[in-house]
Amino acid sequence: MSEPTGSTSFGFDLDGSRIPLTPSQTVGPYLAIGLTWNDGEEVVPAGTEGEIRVGGLLTDGEGVPIPDGLVETWQADPEGRFDHPDDPRGAARASVTGFRGFGRSQTVNGGHWQVRTVKPGPLPTPDGDTEAPHLDVSVFARGMLDRVVTRIYFPEDSEAHTADPVLQSVDVHRRPTLIATRVDGGYRFDIRLQGEGETVFFDL
Amino acid sequence: MTDTAEPRAAGSRLVLPAYERPVGLHPPRDDPGYRSTALRHPAEPLVLLPHRLTEVTGPALGSSRVTAADADLTRRHAGEPLGQRIIVHGRVLDSDRRAVPDTLVEVWQANAAGRYRHQVDQWPAPLDPNFDGLGRVVTDSSGRYSFTTIQPGAYPWKNHHNAWRPAHIHFSLFGRAFTQRLVTQMYFPGDPLQPYDPIMNSIPDPKARQRLVARFDLDRTEPDWALAYHFDIVLRGREATPFEEPVEGRDDDDE
Ligand SMILES: [Fe+3]
Repeated sequence: MSEPTGSTSFGFDLDGSRIPLTPSQTVGPYLAIGLTWNDGEEVVPAGTEGEIRVGGLLTDGEGVPIPDGLVETWQADPEGRFDHPDDPRGAARASVTGFRGFGRSQTVNGGHWQVRTVKPGPLPTPDGDTEAPHLDVSVFARGMLDRVVTRIYFPEDSEAHTADPVLQSVDVHRRPTLIATRVDGGYRFDIRLQGEGETVFFDL
Repeated sequence: MTDTAEPRAAGSRLVLPAYERPVGLHPPRDDPGYRSTALRHPAEPLVLLPHRLTEVTGPALGSSRVTAADADLTRRHAGEPLGQRIIVHGRVLDSDRRAVPDTLVEVWQANAAGRYRHQVDQWPAPLDPNFDGLGRVVTDSSGRYSFTTIQPGAYPWKNHHNAWRPAHIHFSLFGRAFTQRLVTQMYFPGDPLQPYDPIMNSIPDPKARQRLVARFDLDRTEPDWALAYHFDIVLRGREATPFEEPVEGRDDDDE
């Protein structure tokens, strides 16, 4: 690949051009070879105070469970902070020991996925709004040429949901697909890729 | 950010980076040529998600998840795998040419005969007892990565009659933010199967398809040891902002 010329110290060429992006391809049927982590489902270590399980069923357009998918989650810590340099409030070491923020679960158990985590805190936005607690979710599978992205909200936050700008931008009839249901030990969030009760997916 | 007497409530100024939104780059999620997409794509339109705190951050999955041995797929067993030994290397960059350092790159592939070590893969090609097909590396401070493996073989699949996947290596990347997460495949130059592959050709722009084809790299070939291929990966960059960005991590002297 030839090297860029004339670039400024601000990361752009003098003419403002960018280098073209790498396109997505499917994760394929053999993702387990490359993407298996023994601790993938552990956003927090076992025994963490306030730990919850969040999981559900991944299904296709005929309602059939998808046994070769991958669900990943990303979230703030319970204080609504991120240990990341692009959080303008400053990178904050998580308030929970061993908190990774990231979870990864293969749907090999009959289409079921699950992560062990703690509930994230609410987040400020540049517009002065407050986002209700949520997890960002990516879904990968054979037959998916690009990931799909959704969000998981929590059922007890219904008041905060009325002020959440993302939820409010979603058609009211489809909004419930983004809200988990309370179950023993945590929350259930089914992901329906297509058809009846199709989960809302986002253009990221 | 200025220090004021006001409390840093949600209403105080929070300035976040925004990532570009590529149009027409990625394959359509519903592609008739790739049959398995039929029931695995959303039928409803996507809802625009603004880039807020959760989207502009991401996990730091650096060197704690890999060992030096993970960069050599040919040395995971007592014996060496069969096949052409190759080095695959390149850089992970933003489209605004910023290196993406310390980011996890996960790769997986078939063996030289085109067989995956996976229970679902049962086509009659031999497994190699010395090859798992799994590798992990973390980019260095300039966004560079490199691993050693063997040239994977082509393999058949059931998408249509006499369907064969061109030789490829699967790549998974995180970048620095949730917006940059990317899973893709790297192909090899001169592979005659590429024009017939619905997965590669699901990418709308032929030029973008070619960006998934590695370049043979004679300079990095190791005499009497291994061929080399160069494969750069470009992740979504940020929208230009009026704020000056720090220049750390930049490095323009590739090769
Ligand atoms: Fe493959």
